[in-house]
Amino acid sequence: MTAKESTLQREKYDVLIIGAGGAGLRAAVEAREAGLSVAIICKSLFGKAHTVMAEGGAAASMGNVNDKDNWMVHFRDTMRGGKFLNHYRMAELHAKEAPDRIWELEMWGALFDRTQAGKISQRNFGGHEYPRLAHVGDRTGLEIIRTMQQKIVQLQQKDGREFGDMEAKIKVFAECTITEILKENGKIAGAYGYWRESGEEVLFEAPAVVIATGGVGKTFKITSNSWEGTGDGHALALKAGANLVDMEFLQFHPTGMVWPPSVRGILVTESVRGEGGILTNSLGERFMFKYIPDVFKDKYADNEEEADRWYLDQDNNRRPPELLPRDEVARAINSEVKAGRGTEHGGVFLDVSKRIPAEVIKKRLPSMWHQFYELAGVDITKEAMEVGPTCHYVMGGVEVEPDTAAAIGVPGLFAAGEVAGGMHGSNRLGGNSLTDLLVFGRRAGEGAVNYVKSAGANPVSDASIKAAADRIEAPFSRAGGENSYALHAELQEVTHNLVGIIRTRTEIEEAVIKIADIRARSKNVAVSGGRLFNPGFHLAFDLDNMLLVAESTAKSALLREESRGGHTRDDFPGMNMKWRQMNNIASFDGNQVNIKAQPLPVLPKELFDLFDVHELEKYMTPEEIAKGGSN
Amino acid sequence: MARKLNLRIWRGDATDGGLKDVQVDVNEGEVVLDVIHRVQATQMGDLAVRWNCKAGKCGSCSMEINGKPRLACMTQVASFDENETITVTPLRAFPVIKDLVTDVSFNYKKAMEIPAYEPPKDLAPGEARMQQVDVERSQEFRKCIECFLCQDTCHVIRDHEENKPSFAGPRFFIRIAELDMHPLDMLKNRKRTAQEEHGLGMCNITKCCTEVCPEHIKITDNAIIPMKERVVDIKYDPARMFAGLLKREKRN
Repeated sequence: MTAKESTLQREKYDVLIIGAGGAGLRAAVEAREAGLSVAIICKSLFGKAHTVMAEGGAAASMGNVNDKDNWMVHFRDTMRGGKFLNHYRMAELHAKEAPDRIWELEMWGALFDRTQAGKISQRNFGGHEYPRLAHVGDRTGLEIIRTMQQKIVQLQQKDGREFGDMEAKIKVFAECTITEILKENGKIAGAYGYWRESGEEVLFEAPAVVIATGGVGKTFKITSNSWEGTGDGHALALKAGANLVDMEFLQFHPTGMVWPPSVRGILVTESVRGEGGILTNSLGERFMFKYIPDVFKDKYADNEEEADRWYLDQDNNRRPPELLPRDEVARAINSEVKAGRGTEHGGVFLDVSKRIPAEVIKKRLPSMWHQFYELAGVDITKEAMEVGPTCHYVMGGVEVEPDTAAAIGVPGLFAAGEVAGGMHGSNRLGGNSLTDLLVFGRRAGEGAVNYVKSAGANPVSDASIKAAADRIEAPFSRAGGENSYALHAELQEVTHNLVGIIRTRTEIEEAVIKIADIRARSKNVAVSGGRLFNPGFHLAFDLDNMLLVAESTAKSALLREESRGGHTRDDFPGMNMKWRQMNNIASFDGNQVNIKAQPLPVLPKELFDLFDVHELEKYMTPEEIAKGGSN
Repeated sequence: MARKLNLRIWRGDATDGGLKDVQVDVNEGEVVLDVIHRVQATQMGDLAVRWNCKAGKCGSCSMEINGKPRLACMTQVASFDENETITVTPLRAFPVIKDLVTDVSFNYKKAMEIPAYEPPKDLAPGEARMQQVDVERSQEFRKCIECFLCQDTCHVIRDHEENKPSFAGPRFFIRIAELDMHPLDMLKNRKRTAQEEHGLGMCNITKCCTEVCPEHIKITDNAIIPMKERVVDIKYDPARMFAGLLKREKRN
C-alpha cells in the first residue's frame, strides 16, 4: 500500500447516491426507510441542485380541478408529447404513481397552492389535456427540494435519537465530484472522487450506486441549466458499461430570456403561457396558429376567439396553440426569427401584461416578475418579454429497467430522473419532470435496496483505486497544456452551431469530427494553481463528461434520419414510422462512443386500446395497427 | 460596447490573503458574477467562487459587494458609477476556504437542530384540506433560497463567533416560524424552544436581515416579532404564572 492509499478517506455505505436533486433525495429516503445506510453526494451545497430551478409544477392526475382527469389521460398525453417513442412502461408507471408521490410530499410538510375546496391546486400546461400541475407560485422545484431536504433532516433526527449520531445512517456529502464508478467482478463496488473544497480524494465503497445527476445543458451555449449540468452521470454510466438511449433528443425550451446577453438562456416558465400569455412576432401577429401540426389539429384552436374562450370554458373549446408541446413551440419561434419576424435581439414577444391584471401576475408569477425586473429592467405587468429557445432538458439517458430503475448491463447500478432515458420519448411535457424524479427516484431507491439485500458487499481493489487516483493527479502534472475554459467554450460553439435545434447531415458530420478533435486536445488540459477549491481543475473533469455526452448526441443525431420531438433534421423533415420503432443505443468501447439502433418495446394491448386507433395511425405503420399491440 | 471595469477581488485562504486589483471587460446588462467569471476564464483560472443557477433562485453566489451582502448574479454592474471600483469579498460571518468561498457548514448544522415537521397521525395522503390564506403565511418563509445573506449580516454572529453555538440565526427563525404557522404541524412549543434553545431572545430586531433578503421575505416583521410577542405572552401570562405556582406548590 502506498502512502497515498493509507491516508485516503474511505467511506462505506449500503447505497451511494450521486446527485442531490429531486430523484437522488427521493431515492435516499426510500433506501433509508428500508433500513439501509445511505450516502448522498452533492456536487454543490445541499439544496442547490437544479431541481430548485423548476418553476411551473409537478404533473399528477389528481383530478382536483377537473375530475375527468385520471392516469389514462395523463399516460396518453405523455405518449403524444413524446411522439410515441417513450418507453410505454415508464410512462405508465409515472402516470399511475404521480398522484401518490405528490400527496406523500404533502405528508412531509410541502405546502402547495390550494383550490377553493382546500385541495392541491392544479394548473394548465403545454400538452396536458386537463389542469394537472401541482404548484407553488412559480417556485415549485424549490418547494420539492426543501421538503425532501427537510425530510432527510427528519430521518437524521430519528437516527440521532436511536444511535446517538444524527449522521449514523444517512449522511450528505456536499461539494464532492465523482470521477469514476468502480466495478469489481463485473458488479458495482463503489465510486471515487474529490472534494471540491480541498481537492483531496475520497473513496466510497457501496454495492449499489444510484445515479441521479440530472442533465447535460452545459454542453450547449445557450441553456437554462446551471454549471452542474455537465452530464456527469451520463458519462459515468457509459464508462461503467451502461448504455445511453436516444441521446439525440434535447429539449429546447421555447422561452428563455434573450436580452441582455448575460441572461441569455435563463428560463421563462411555461406557466406564463399557462396563465394566458401569448406569443407574437415583430409584426404583432399571434403566430402560433400557423404552426399547429396535423397530429394536433383536433386538440388546438385555430382562431384567437376560440383560444381565448378556452381559458374560461375548457370543455367546449380547443386549447390555444401557445400550449402545444415544447418542441413545436420552440421550432415555431425559431422559424419566425429566421424569417426575419423576430425582435431586435433575435427572439419573439411573450406578453401577459394585456391579458391578466398586474396584481394577479405578481401573485401567480412572482419570480418571473422579479427576474425580468432585476435582470432585464422589464416590468412584465406593463410590457412584453423577449424570449427564444434555450437548451433545457435531455430526454435521452441511461437505459434502465422501468420497474427497478436498474441500469441495463451493470449489476448494482441504478439511474433516475433526467439522467435516465426512455420515460419522455422524443419530447418531455412540462411538469412531467418533477413527478418523474419522485416516481423513479423512489423506484431506484427500492431497486437498490432489493439488490443490496441479495448481492452483499463487493470490496474495491487497490488497482481500481490507483487507476482512479492517477487520473485525478494527471492535469496537475502537465505544464503549458490546453485551457479547460477555452475548450469548453469551443465545445459549446460546436454543439450550438452544428447539433442545435435544427440539424442536417453535413453539419452533424462536421460536429463529430470537431468534438473528436476537442476530446483529443482535452487529454492535454493543464491546471494552474493548487488543489484547494480550484474551478479550473473541476472543469477539466466536467469537460471530459460533456465531451462524451456531445459525442453521443452528435452520433445518434446523425443516425436518426427523421424529425421527431427534440430532434429536427432539415434534410429529413417529417416523422418516419420506421424510425418510431427504433431507439438509438450508445455504448462506450473505452475509446469512442458507438451507436446502434434497437427495436423499441411494443405497446401492450391494454395500453394500445387506450388510444383512438385513428390517432395511432398518425404514428404507426399499418402492420403495427393491425397487430393491435403485443399480448 | 465593452468597457473596462476596475474590480478588486479578495484572494487567499484560511491562513492569509488580501485584495487584488484587476481590469476586466464588461458588457451591457452584465452582473457582477459575469465579470468574475470573465476574470476566472481569462486571468485567474483558479479563482474560487460558488454559483449555480445565475438567476437568483439557488442562493449560491452570496458574497459581499462593496461591503454589502448580496447575490453576485443579481447585482448589475450598471448599478455602480462607471468609474467606481467594485470590491468583492467573501461573506464575513463564515470562515474563508478560498477567495470568495466560505465554509457555511454552520448553517447546515443549525438546520439539523430545528425539530422537523410533525404530520397529524391520522391523516391519510390526499386527505389534507387547507385554505390558500392559511398556507400563504408559511409559504412566504418557504421562498427562502438559503443564500445565508441574513446570517452573514446579523450582528449577533457577524463579529461574534462566541454567539454561534446558542444562536440559530434569522434563516432558521423563519424555518421555525414556517413550521409554527404550518396548518398541519403537530409539534407543540416551537416558539418556546425558539427562545430557549435557538437564541430568539438574542435578536434585537434591527431588521438588517430583512434588508439583505433577495427574496424580500419580511423576516423580522412577519416571523421574528410575532414569535417574540407570543413568547412574551406565554412566559409572562399572569394566569399561566399563577397556574404554574399552584402546580409547584402541589409538587412540594
